Amino acid sequence: MRLGLVIDLDVCVGCHACAVACKEWNASGTTAPLTDYEPYGAEPSGVWFNRIRHYEVGEYPHNKTINFPMSCMHCEDAACVTVCPTGASYKRAEDGIVLVDQDKCMGCNLCSWACPYGARELDRESGTMKKCTLCVDRIYDTKLPFEERQPACVLTCPTHARMFGDLDDPESAVSQRVREREGYQLMPELGYNPTNHYLPPRTATPIPTENMGKPGFKDRLKSLANKIVKR
Amino acid sequence: MSAATIKIENHEQQEVKFTTCYMCACRCGIKVTLEAGKVRFIQGNRNHPTNQGVLCAKGSAGIMKQYSRAKLSKPLMRKPGTHRGAGEFVEIEWEQALDILTDRLDLIRSTDPSKLAFFTGRDQMQALTGLWAQQFGTPNWAAHGGFCSVNMAAAGLYTIGFSFWEFGAPDWDYAKYFVMWGVAEDHSSNPIKIGLEKLKRHGGKFVSINPVRTGYSAIADEWIPIKPGMDGLLALSVVHVLLSRELFDWEFLVRYTNAPWMVVQTPGKMGDGLFLRDEAGNPLVWDLEKQTFVSALDADIAPAVFGEFVAPDGRPLKTSMQLMAERYLDERYAPENVAAECGVPAEAIERMALEMAHVAFKETVELDIEWTDIWGRKHDKVIGRPVAMYAMRGISAHSNGFHACRAIHLIQMLLGALDGPGNFRARAPYPKPIPPHQVPENNIDIIHAPNTPLSRPPLGFPTRPEDLVIDHDGNPLRIDKAYSWETPIASHGLMHMVITNATNHDPYAIDTLILFMANMAWNSSMNTKSVQQMLVEEDPEEPGQYKIPFLVMVDAFHSETVNFADLVLPDTTYLERHDCISLLDRPISEPDAAADAIRYPLVELDRDVKPWQEVLVELASRLKFPAFTHKDGTRKFKNYPDFIVNYERSPGVGFLAGWRGKDGDKSLKGEPNPKQWEKYIENESFFAHHWPDNMKYNRFANKDYLEVAADVGFVGKAEPIIMQFYSEPLQKFRLAGQGLYDGPQPKNQTDRDRLVKYFDPLPLWYQPLEQQRVNEADYPFYALTQRPMMMYHSWDSQNVWLRQILAQNYMYMNRGKAERMGLADDDWIWVESHNGKIRCQLKTMEGCEENTVWTWNAIGKQGGAWGLKPEASEAKKGFLLNHLISELLPEKQGERRVTNSDPVTGQAAWFDLRVKIYKAAAGEVGTWPEFPAIKPLPHDDGERPNVLRYSTRSDAE
Repeated sequence: MRLGLVIDLDVCVGCHACAVACKEWNASGTTAPLTDYEPYGAEPSGVWFNRIRHYEVGEYPHNKTINFPMSCMHCEDAACVTVCPTGASYKRAEDGIVLVDQDKCMGCNLCSWACPYGARELDRESGTMKKCTLCVDRIYDTKLPFEERQPACVLTCPTHARMFGDLDDPESAVSQRVREREGYQLMPELGYNPTNHYLPPRTATPIPTENMGKPGFKDRLKSLANKIVKR
Repeated sequence: MSAATIKIENHEQQEVKFTTCYMCACRCGIKVTLEAGKVRFIQGNRNHPTNQGVLCAKGSAGIMKQYSRAKLSKPLMRKPGTHRGAGEFVEIEWEQALDILTDRLDLIRSTDPSKLAFFTGRDQMQALTGLWAQQFGTPNWAAHGGFCSVNMAAAGLYTIGFSFWEFGAPDWDYAKYFVMWGVAEDHSSNPIKIGLEKLKRHGGKFVSINPVRTGYSAIADEWIPIKPGMDGLLALSVVHVLLSRELFDWEFLVRYTNAPWMVVQTPGKMGDGLFLRDEAGNPLVWDLEKQTFVSALDADIAPAVFGEFVAPDGRPLKTSMQLMAERYLDERYAPENVAAECGVPAEAIERMALEMAHVAFKETVELDIEWTDIWGRKHDKVIGRPVAMYAMRGISAHSNGFHACRAIHLIQMLLGALDGPGNFRARAPYPKPIPPHQVPENNIDIIHAPNTPLSRPPLGFPTRPEDLVIDHDGNPLRIDKAYSWETPIASHGLMHMVITNATNHDPYAIDTLILFMANMAWNSSMNTKSVQQMLVEEDPEEPGQYKIPFLVMVDAFHSETVNFADLVLPDTTYLERHDCISLLDRPISEPDAAADAIRYPLVELDRDVKPWQEVLVELASRLKFPAFTHKDGTRKFKNYPDFIVNYERSPGVGFLAGWRGKDGDKSLKGEPNPKQWEKYIENESFFAHHWPDNMKYNRFANKDYLEVAADVGFVGKAEPIIMQFYSEPLQKFRLAGQGLYDGPQPKNQTDRDRLVKYFDPLPLWYQPLEQQRVNEADYPFYALTQRPMMMYHSWDSQNVWLRQILAQNYMYMNRGKAERMGLADDDWIWVESHNGKIRCQLKTMEGCEENTVWTWNAIGKQGGAWGLKPEASEAKKGFLLNHLISELLPEKQGERRVTNSDPVTGQAAWFDLRVKIYKAAAGEVGTWPEFPAIKPLPHDDGERPNVLRYSTRSDAE
């Protein structure tokens, strides 16, 4: 099993709902809390597992805006695991989720430098590295209603741009969606084989406009005074 | 390591409750997990009709609202001997606070009730506050709609019987083409996001008309970067294209609109431009089969849609549609003739019109649903023109917005794309008669009568000059001058004018101003700095007294306006109180269901605050309002929950529509149910009455639906609601301006001119009023604001999670334009308008129309407010555009000062602003103007932690 996220860039409006739901869940989640620095001060910041980037592509007026949520890709060949000197960073054999054992982590930052996706967050208060757990404490929590055993970001996404599932299973909804929409991995050339996939924006089919209506209505206006249309 | 070793949380101390979100105006259903009394998790309620399980960033950040450091904790009184605005307060007990207020209000009510002005912000309890004001007997009540979206509400309610804003919604399930006009991230947040994804998944096209490409527009298939304020012209050019190719729905126009109604054509004479009517007052059409005039309301008519006719009394006539065709077929509206003004290529305008027509007429949706029209005729299917639209602030916040919105409705009517599958559908209790049958109280004797409730609500929908709220000399009777000649159809009031008018004692002096949840000393006012000065302006004629003698602020948080209050009544958060989102007000209905909702306390109060709802009921009882007291003077309602259950507006109709009747088995109408709150709580805090298929569409003429609507009080009686693209009420006001009205007429030339110009019975476009007076060469840019999605309509940018996403705003400008001006990212710039200047920091972007600059609104804060440290980025780097916007139009010789608002509705014209921009000199850095930091409140030592580690997890490190 290879659990991960599929994110549809065609419908992501960049609303940050996923980011805040993640923050909210994980503030009391398995690696809780997620520290906030200067929460009331000049440069507020904190530990977030999911951050939304916004890019513009092309020049005005043909520009497009792409909203790009970024969190741990749960790579198959995760560099963060390879470089970890204490064995705190590990990839679970049973479902592919990459986690950090908070008891083993010494906050050395090597994993954060190794991760090309910027997906690791050092909690300066606990001195440990934290990251997206794919809400491992939700998806296996049998006390939650079945349909809610999903990552908080997926549950909350107002445009349903986020999907969760097993990318090893070719018949899973996420795998099918990746095939249909030509989903891609971010920076596959780096060789880490990320599990998460992104679905590219779609192109709308042109709407035919030839031969619409009968031009010259102004001239016909007089003759139309007698057109009978009944209520 | 396996799944078993993951620390799954302990649920033993947890409980799950359902309530309604209040982080913005959406009112989504939320499922709240509490752990040992603290909020563990807030998620969307998947059964809720509004959000269907999803939740936005604001909703999830509700935890940090609950634990905000800005929460007020006890009633406050301005410290005796200190100046207003100095921020010196003393804590007082509730009993004392209520006594002070009761005594003051009692004196006002028993002498001159108009001396109380009660204005509320983004609350969702206007049915209660309005009733309270009516019972008090003051006409001076409104909510914030006048500076938000009254153009949308009024244009819809005077045209189609429902409206953008909250009384309609796109039908996302069947829509194939969606045009979004001037919508940033506003109403309604989650439903629009859910809908956009549905539309795109079905392969529908999404067109966004907006000077700025952010938010929803990011995923538009086509972005049309229009110049601000030009939407009405663009819409009328679309009308031109549709008309010139006969691309309109003849049947829809004949059945459901006033297209065939006869309009009297006697320019310069009384009665010109009004409908030809029979003796019973019915409008008339020319029946082509019967060859005679017949009532336009009859069933089987065959009316002439176009043409010129002569009335039996010899007066010349034209059909409404004839007038419309003559106007909009004019080359003035041809795409090539509006392209430069709109900043939109002619090709795009024409193509958009043709695409809409293609989808409406060649991709029609037909549903096999039997329904009966209001004339009793059965139909075996429902036809849908699947072109949906939505429009908001970008249309609303201009002084030509009322007409622009009507122009959009005109397109919808031509396409027959209203309340059908795939287009823009009504939400109960709408549609209503056009306009709704409620006129504002304007009986001067009642308004001035002591201790007497108004006979009608303070707000309503005038249809003729007789309905204005003016005295015998034509002067306004309301402090905001709503329903005066200056803004006759000001159906949401003009909250943005209250402080200015009250300070100027124009039209009169008031005694007490109660503000609820509105930050009028900061981001909710135009001209912020001046407004702050007005609030502390002393009255030279009454030494020791301010021009506004007593200011009461009701809020849950320490806002900039709290700082100016004489009395502060601290409110609760949305997780701490009872509340209802009522069908009498602004309900959560969706097109397929009439719905309402409640809130109830989930979190125990930890400070000495009271829900404003409770305080209102308490004050109403103490002041012995008739609706709140028995004949012997004892109170009728124990508290707010008791009031909600037992108050009936008419027999069987109350604030909550669900589980009525003694046994709770009646919906929409029924006697009070003492267990109603419990039933709501059992049912996840909302009620939905799902319409059967035969009542889902064409409700303006759907017999079965209208009969139910009449029975439960949504409409007065079951009769056709005929859409009005030719508006007779507007024409009546215009006649008054022309001196041709047989009734009240304005004396002042400015008023006369405005009525003649802007009360056109057909939609028109005109240059926004402020821009008519500001030299474009001096101020070459349009300037406007929007709210970021994670804060839209949120009372909450002090939220410690949300501010990590955005704590500083910039002025955004088109990158190419900035380059040509020698400006670059992070430059400090001066932005100057006719009203003043500000210094702020620049960012460039592609997705911005070249003549437009914009910024995020309400990010800038006054230091010390909102529980933030004085050095917070919001205070030091954030800024308000408000300083540049005047609440009054630039002076014109021979004219009194006139509000900077839509001349029809009084809608605040925030987005009419024009500015010039230049680089700040070397060394000029930091935002300007600067404001002194607000002092901490008595309970607050002002200390703020540098680190926050919120968690409910018991085994957290």
